[in-house]
Amino acid sequence: MINKDFDQFKGSSDYVASEDLRNAVNVSIALKRPLLVRGEPGTGKTLLAHSIARGIGKSLIIWNIKSTTKAQEGLYVYDTVQRLNDSRFGDRDISDIKQYIKLGKLGEAFVSPEQVVLLIDEIDKADLEFPNDLLNELDEMSFYIPETGEVITAKHRPIVIITSNAEKELPDAFLRRCIFHYIEFPGPELMAEIVKVHFPDIQQNLLREALKTFYMLRNVDDFRKKPSTAEMIDWINALMAGGISHENISKEIPFAGALLKKETDYNYFMNSLLNKKLSTYGIKWRD
Amino acid sequence: MSITEWMTLMEALSQGYIANLDDFYYLARAILVKSEAYYDQYDVAFQEYFKGVESPAEITEQILDWLKDPVNRMVLSEEEKALFDSMDFDELLKELEKRLREQTGQHDGGGYWIGRGGTSPFGHSGYHPAGIRIGGESGGRHAVQIAQERRFKNYRSDLTLDVRQVKLALRGLRQLSRIGTEDELDLEKTIDTTAKNAGDIELVWRRSRKNAVKLLLLMDVGGSMNPHIQVCSRLFSAAHSASHFKEFRYFYFHNCIYDYLYTDIERSEAISTSYLLHVFEPDHKVVLVGDARMATYELLNRYGAIYYYEQNETPGIVWLKQIAEHFTHCVWLNPEETYFWNHPTVLMIGKLFPMFELTLEGLNQAIKKLMVKK
Repeated sequence: MINKDFDQFKGSSDYVASEDLRNAVNVSIALKRPLLVRGEPGTGKTLLAHSIARGIGKSLIIWNIKSTTKAQEGLYVYDTVQRLNDSRFGDRDISDIKQYIKLGKLGEAFVSPEQVVLLIDEIDKADLEFPNDLLNELDEMSFYIPETGEVITAKHRPIVIITSNAEKELPDAFLRRCIFHYIEFPGPELMAEIVKVHFPDIQQNLLREALKTFYMLRNVDDFRKKPSTAEMIDWINALMAGGISHENISKEIPFAGALLKKETDYNYFMNSLLNKKLSTYGIKWRD
Repeated sequence: MSITEWMTLMEALSQGYIANLDDFYYLARAILVKSEAYYDQYDVAFQEYFKGVESPAEITEQILDWLKDPVNRMVLSEEEKALFDSMDFDELLKELEKRLREQTGQHDGGGYWIGRGGTSPFGHSGYHPAGIRIGGESGGRHAVQIAQERRFKNYRSDLTLDVRQVKLALRGLRQLSRIGTEDELDLEKTIDTTAKNAGDIELVWRRSRKNAVKLLLLMDVGGSMNPHIQVCSRLFSAAHSASHFKEFRYFYFHNCIYDYLYTDIERSEAISTSYLLHVFEPDHKVVLVGDARMATYELLNRYGAIYYYEQNETPGIVWLKQIAEHFTHCVWLNPEETYFWNHPTVLMIGKLFPMFELTLEGLNQAIKKLMVKK
């Protein structure tokens, strides 16, 4: 990029971002559009926001979306029950509605005195209409609270990162306003870098053997759920904690449960491993 | 793609966020393409359009090796600036290629050759008003090459699917209606009755909404279906683990549906097809999976079944017709590509049931078909 007149994201010490991911992040920061990130589970979509916040030195506000989350909750909640309660037992001045208005995560990001990074995590978990309900607020960076007649306007436009697991189609009107990036599954070289970030003092041959075994397992098409980056990190952690020597990794595949999370996958794999072992003794067990 | 996205791209370009084709590749993709399913199409289009631009980009690759560390900048005199300002980009490119042919080694400084520093219009860290920047930070492969690799081919939605994708598609199969016990707070009615009660709170409950869809899956197994076993098993396991159906039943058949349907793949336990038609209500959504490809007599003749013990009294086509007439919503999913459908039995069965390819796109279309009101 030639024009560098904005906060550039260059990756942070504990997160390895590929060139195209960095590019997408910078485009979204420069153009002030939300960045929509998609990718296989366990490829570090959520961690990206943490890394951006650390990388450019801003604080991070996380809005976790659940299936019951409404767009309104991100803006503000009017605690009517508290007010009703106070009206009956009367220990507060209920004519002051302001004290019953609680800002949501989006509202918090707007009123923050400094620019922040706002992570809207797993937006596809919510109702289909959810993204559409946020369109105006994300465009204008302001919203109106009818109960108090206040308008909340963003002091500094937050950097918005949105993650999705593609469980639902997102509405077109919403997609139009976003910068999109798909996090690919990392290749062996990038994976080696990622592992090194987590375990700086890992032995070279242990890493090499582990990578070899990991990509061998990922290439097995019969698995219902393929192991991903997060599982790789867990597995290496287990290998190092267990003091496994690198020679045994590809032969025995210890702690396979850390990589294969589905029972059918695990059984399938153990069976084929057993067959391989038996065949070295000249015994045929079963298919 | 819409005007909004196009304007965003124009905005990005006008603000000068790109320095070369690589940047442009990623920038345009991030702004214009909103699903990894279209990354491949984007790659193809990109490749098609920028094919001709390849040669200068490859020159870049060579020169990268020569340009490792930066050398001090030089400032041009006014006359030189004026001279170089007159060159346009195409001229520069031609000149670059010419000089590359003439030049054989690494070169730093000076006013003509390609290298670091200096006032030649080519190279990096140098100073030239109309120059082309070669190499520098953006390293590695250039955009057209990346596009050529077509790494995103597997994400295309018109290719076959995995369990998760099928599950997502099956979520489209829902008809919500209020059934069961009253376990959901009806907020509006509660407010109404509370207001009528002059502020004394009274809670009103109602039944929650549940999916009323009943799914019946009939799958062809064995024989010509063997090559498709994996994609079928994915469909099955997705349907089986989807919890949102009111009822999910499945049966197997071989080649074509005759007098009996089987409850297991080995076809050892059976129910008669007439029993199925008798017991299952017409509002079941029926999905048939099979290649619909067989010898015509297997479909049309009495005793046409390929296995002698089936001894069907009624030709397969009659059974199929009865199924199509009994159930209000049926679809046929064919794991073979549409290209192969020009076969007599496939065409005949295609007339009885709306037939779709067993791909993500076909599945979505089939599900839409199952949900239309009749």
